[in-house]
Amino acid sequence: MFDVIIVGAGVVGSLLARKLSSYQLDVLVIDKETDVGNVTSMANSAIVHSGYDPVPGTLKAKLNVAGNKMFPKLCDDLDVSLDLIGSLTVALYDEQLPLLNDLAKRSAQNGVEVKLLSKEEVLAMEPNINKDVKGALLAPSAGIVNPFTLTVHAMENAVDNGVKLALREEVLSIKKEGDKFVVKTNKNSYESKLVINAAGVYSDKIHKMIEPIDYEVKARKGEYFVLDHYKKGLVNHVIFPLPSEKGKGILVAPTTSGNYIVGPSSEWDDDKEDLSTDKPTLDNVRAQATDMVPSIPFNQVIRTFAGLRPTPSTHDFVIGFAKSDDHFINVSGIESPGLVSSPAIAEYVVNEFVSKVLKLEPKASYNPKVRRRVHLKDLLISERNKIIKENPDYGYIVCNCEKVTLGEIRDELSRSVPPYTVKALKKRTRAGFGKCQGGFCQPLVIKELAKHFNVSMDQILLDKEDSNICRYKTKEVK
Amino acid sequence: MLNRDLVIIGGGSAGMAAAVKAHELGVKDILILEKNNYLGGILNQCIHNGFGLHEFKEELTGPEFMTRFSDQVNALGIEYRLNSNVINVSNDKVVTYSNKEEGVVEVKAKAIILTAGCYERNAGAIQIAGDRPSGIYTAGQAQLYLNCYGYLVGKKVFILGSGDIGLIMARRMTLEGAKVLGVAELMPYSAGLNRNIVQCLQDFNIPLYLSHTVKEVKGKKHLEKVVIAKVDDHMKFIPGTEMEFDVDTLLLSVGLIPNVDLFNELPLSFSKTRGAKVNQAMETEIPGIFSAGNVLHVHDLVDYVVSEAKEAAIGAKLYLDGKLTHKGHKYDVIPGNGVGYVVPQVVYIDDASDSISFKFRVAHPFKDVNIYIKDGETVLKKIFKPAIIPSEMEIVNIPKANFTRETNTISVYVEEKK
Amino acid sequence: MIRELICITCPRGCHLKVDENLNVTGNFCPRGAAYAKAELTHPVRTLTSTVVIKSNLDNRVPVKSNNPLPKELIAKAMEEINKVRLSAPVHIGDVAIKNIFDTGVDIVVTKNVLE
Repeated sequence: MFDVIIVGAGVVGSLLARKLSSYQLDVLVIDKETDVGNVTSMANSAIVHSGYDPVPGTLKAKLNVAGNKMFPKLCDDLDVSLDLIGSLTVALYDEQLPLLNDLAKRSAQNGVEVKLLSKEEVLAMEPNINKDVKGALLAPSAGIVNPFTLTVHAMENAVDNGVKLALREEVLSIKKEGDKFVVKTNKNSYESKLVINAAGVYSDKIHKMIEPIDYEVKARKGEYFVLDHYKKGLVNHVIFPLPSEKGKGILVAPTTSGNYIVGPSSEWDDDKEDLSTDKPTLDNVRAQATDMVPSIPFNQVIRTFAGLRPTPSTHDFVIGFAKSDDHFINVSGIESPGLVSSPAIAEYVVNEFVSKVLKLEPKASYNPKVRRRVHLKDLLISERNKIIKENPDYGYIVCNCEKVTLGEIRDELSRSVPPYTVKALKKRTRAGFGKCQGGFCQPLVIKELAKHFNVSMDQILLDKEDSNICRYKTKEVK
Repeated sequence: MLNRDLVIIGGGSAGMAAAVKAHELGVKDILILEKNNYLGGILNQCIHNGFGLHEFKEELTGPEFMTRFSDQVNALGIEYRLNSNVINVSNDKVVTYSNKEEGVVEVKAKAIILTAGCYERNAGAIQIAGDRPSGIYTAGQAQLYLNCYGYLVGKKVFILGSGDIGLIMARRMTLEGAKVLGVAELMPYSAGLNRNIVQCLQDFNIPLYLSHTVKEVKGKKHLEKVVIAKVDDHMKFIPGTEMEFDVDTLLLSVGLIPNVDLFNELPLSFSKTRGAKVNQAMETEIPGIFSAGNVLHVHDLVDYVVSEAKEAAIGAKLYLDGKLTHKGHKYDVIPGNGVGYVVPQVVYIDDASDSISFKFRVAHPFKDVNIYIKDGETVLKKIFKPAIIPSEMEIVNIPKANFTRETNTISVYVEEKK
Repeated sequence: MIRELICITCPRGCHLKVDENLNVTGNFCPRGAAYAKAELTHPVRTLTSTVVIKSNLDNRVPVKSNNPLPKELIAKAMEEINKVRLSAPVHIGDVAIKNIFDTGVDIVVTKNVLE
């Protein structure tokens, strides 16, 4: 019997698990995917929003601003790339200038420091912005983060501190039996005192397993372009248009890995598994982005992708006890600004809800930090050679585009949330993230995964179930 | 820091040919750096035959061809490092590489030849619309899994692009028990050799859909369907021409791109081929740094890769002897009507040895045309071609003595008969 | 019956038409006629494939027919090739299948695999 079962191993579930792992609790996290952070936490804009935009007084506003302040320490503890480069919300037309002023007022209400910039100030900071720019709102506390490693390292830290993780298990039913929950998955049945629903686009479905609900969580798809490592300075900040009822609009931003990201679109989607992209939508993304930054080199695109926002009909995060049961806590409809809010959500859920129903005794052995990783690419030759001398695997480069060494790959495999799939390894190390998209390193990666897990190459998945790459062995003896 | 007269980056056919040639010319202090655990590069997985007709006057398979060269490298005692990735090339010719045994090593080279080959355009680069299932690979990836590891990536296959690797894979996968349902080619003509169209597609009744491309891929987990449609002259889909194929694999054979990563931080300019601009000695804009083979422009025959690598080796030898002066008469080489690109882009005629070789491809197929190479208005060469297609590279050698030195422009163009 | 085929002797790729009496039309040059006649009377192909090998490196070693095989034997030859089991070391030219189907053609190894 677990004290807590968390359904969903996205960034919210993972940071919640980590927070709970600081107390003397038995915690289990269940996720249907083959890796943590494999849906919304994987495919988003990777922005640490400042919090100027959410409606004052909402949970979104409160948790965004609180979460933003937590990020430097969080990313230091979890060894995650974070760069607080600031954001610029730009007005391209005179009639947008009053809206910038409104946003500045909203920022003040939310407690976010901002500065209104003149056209000249904007162009001095961002020479590639449309020369017709009229002004902008600078939010210095905004930044960019690596969302893949944030989720993976959060869960790794949780597991290091005693949390159990069950991947590739889909929750089929949750039933209350006496004072405990019975959570049935396609593989097992688990019991717990408390259930926390952090199931992203499916958080309404999970909630409905215990009571009727009066809201829904719909998928809102966003399509993006990713550009290769292009020379620095295409943009130096996260560049937003003015927000509209459809969201924060199409942004142009660097990533923590030196790429650039352009997107997202915003389309309601009835299909919660739909990660498709289409040309008209991407053409529109491109046109809108080009309005702000005319010189985006679209010939450097190495990938397009789509992500799903779990958008609640309530217009705000749905966090709290279920109506019929104070041992079932919903953390539902965590759409943007969910990523930046996630550490604050974890604190809020534990302090305001879990603590009301479970006794929280701090765990003396709790260590908030993960074992640090080395990235050979970022080191001086002398530092590299010291590491390679101790472990020669760091001398052999598996992914040439991103310069990922065998040592880094084997380090990930040795950790408490190892990558089981090619994509999981890519999220952790960037092997396969470059311009050849794994053309050269994928076979080496499959070999290494097969060797580590002691299976044949045909057992290794790209990502989802049934995504084996080496599917049929030839010349088998019948 | 190590010191070498010549460092060759990439031990495929170009790198080995350059090394052997340089050695023959008297450059003995050579180091070849190779990322794989063997010399030979991509030929290792190209098990089909058809290599070597020019170089060895016989038809070899890829592994046989590469072994001919690696045997020479070994016999000559040319130094090489396997499992060694080059991580940087500096302006002052320091090459930094990394491997397990030596760690990160810097080599100060007097001359460098980059022979790093090319990579395949992939689904990300061509922005295929639709779902993001597994089951979509480049033809070369599928080739490696099949020919070296013994795995088919699928059993019901559609191929996008009629490049030769795709055609070769249509035959290979068919012979290994897969069903290839068709090949779509965006252009109204094939990007592959006729011989491959006949022997890899027609032999197995595999249809080739010209002026067609993939409109959408479907499949939430693994690939389930590929939708292709016909395109008009402006590459726009023609409504109503869609065809759906139930497949588990989509192979992409949609072009190769020179792998010039190591040049990206250097003050070099690049040509339409996406390789670095070079002069008649295969020398880039940085004196003493050379480039040859598929990293310079994508070749159709490995024999031509080898001959170009030898030119680069000759250039490196001239450079080491102080004979590449970049002085005297200079020509810019301009691709004209109907010509996609020409290598080299610059000719220092006084630095050239006895003749200069121009390599080019036409932009689209022609029949019964004359090709002109002109020095200003003076015709250096006129060649009649009953047929010429973009997938076949043309090489024309012109003696040094024929150049007028009166103009600064060499143009290469196609004259269509009215 | 008129058979149609594409000539592969040069890039021009003439579309050849051949009647029952092996009269060829559509050819730009005489090589086209010769190609069409050979292709319709006794088409042959060099077969390249792989065989299973026990080695520390790859699981397959490439092979080829050391001379072209009659086209109709290609599929059957694959069945034989699929049964072969080799162990490293092998060398270029080693015979994997001797005189396949009494054609006088051998299936030979095309790569050195030493360990």
